[in-house]
Amino acid sequence: MWAFIGTTVFCFIVWLALSFNGHMWANDELLAGAVLSVAAGVVARTLFVRDFKMAHPKRWLFFLAYLFPFFYEMAKANLDVAYRVVTGRIRPGIVKISPGLKSDIALTMLANSITLTPGTLSVDLDEDNNLYVHWINVDEGALEEMPRPCRPVCASFSQWARRVAE
Amino acid sequence: MMEWVLYACLAIGLLFNFLAVVGLLRFPDVYTRLHAGTKCATFGSIFLSLAVILYGLWRFYDGNEAMAALSVHAFIALVALLLTNPTGAHAIARAAHRSGVVPLQAVVDDLEEHNQQSMPTSQEEKNVE
Repeated sequence: MWAFIGTTVFCFIVWLALSFNGHMWANDELLAGAVLSVAAGVVARTLFVRDFKMAHPKRWLFFLAYLFPFFYEMAKANLDVAYRVVTGRIRPGIVKISPGLKSDIALTMLANSITLTPGTLSVDLDEDNNLYVHWINVDEGALEEMPRPCRPVCASFSQWARRVAE
Repeated sequence: MMEWVLYACLAIGLLFNFLAVVGLLRFPDVYTRLHAGTKCATFGSIFLSLAVILYGLWRFYDGNEAMAALSVHAFIALVALLLTNPTGAHAIARAAHRSGVVPLQAVVDDLEEHNQQSMPTSQEEKNVE
């Protein structure tokens, strides 16, 4: 029941934002949005809400706080890839890291963050929750350990993912 | 003053999108091209969307109410882009590796080793059956 309500409310908010045109919404617009949101809520409630762990406001605050180090890393690493594009100096390789996360949401968040920060691209995930990451400039020191150290690949993202979604 | 902030955002966005194109042409194989094609493009698009959002807010501040919709819609497009772009890149990279595309110039390939370790056991299981 709560899954259905949460999905419907989320759909309705997105509808309101998308149909916003600078004035108040017309009544027929709101009605159509409500009907479609309820329909979407019925169909998608089990997909959108698996459990209620993420409903905790503390996790949302952590997520908002996470955006700042994320965008800093993203800007820094983008300049790095820009340098590699111009000079062509690359040392690619696929490395294995074990972030030690279990929940699906945390792993999705970590994999997407890794992909969005340039220089690393998550390729695959095995049964033991180890991530395989394509790294455009493999560090010499990182190859000595197995699995590879998490720090140079994903900065502090695994800790943030644990705080937000584990 | 505001125009120059917008021009700066547009310039940074276009610069990174341009670098993405250069990277696509320059890099040797599918994985490294994905690096350039997804990330620089995402970063560039963030700045292009930011320019649209700021323009909408600026016009809204001047009293043109309909322009606030521009900001809201550009922001939703930006969120959708940030969610779907890495997912798509991940799907392409995984599909490429599964269909046997070898990363060129690679110094290490842990995923290939992992697959080779797990492949023989699955075949043995089939033989037993």
